[in-house]
Amino acid sequence: MDSAAISEPLDLVRLSLDERIYAYDQHMNLVLSDVDEVITVVDVNEETFEERIRSVKRSHEMMFVRGDGVILVSPPGRT
Amino acid sequence: MLFYSFFKTLVGQPVVVELKNDLSIQGILVSVDQFLNIKLDDIRVTDEKRFPHMMSVKNCFIRGSVVRYVQLPAAAVDTALLQDATRRENAAEK
Repeated sequence: MDSAAISEPLDLVRLSLDERIYAYDQHMNLVLSDVDEVITVVDVNEETFEERIRSVKRSHEMMFVRGDGVILVSPPGRT
Repeated sequence: MLFYSFFKTLVGQPVVVELKNDLSIQGILVSVDQFLNIKLDDIRVTDEKRFPHMMSVKNCFIRGSVVRYVQLPAAAVDTALLQDATRRENAAEK
């Protein structure tokens, strides 16, 4: 089979192998580098019930992500 | 088997394992198995104030399914080899 052919969804992940994905498998376990983790936190003010959304950012040089926590994989936006 | 083999190459390296309950454990990787269960030595919990009951624990076994992330030392990862192995593993499945 042609190595560049796309026949299944995971082939799209394979095309990202030259980006910052170094390994993946059928469980969507991943090894990534230059990782930016963005956690969105919603704070609710106890008196006014006003919601404030803030982002917490963390960076890692290299990390393994267990596949069962993966919901969506998308290539980084090109600018 | 790809990730099992990958983690075997990292035995002896310092890693930080983040669990799904937000507990984050730093330690030396001792061993790993096919389920990606992990054994760590010389451990320290990153947020000791929040998990004081872990302060006296020196080594541990972590069930693979409760792992969220493993932070790796970038210098210990042969990225070219890893990409190659991934491509080969994928070609083998088809």
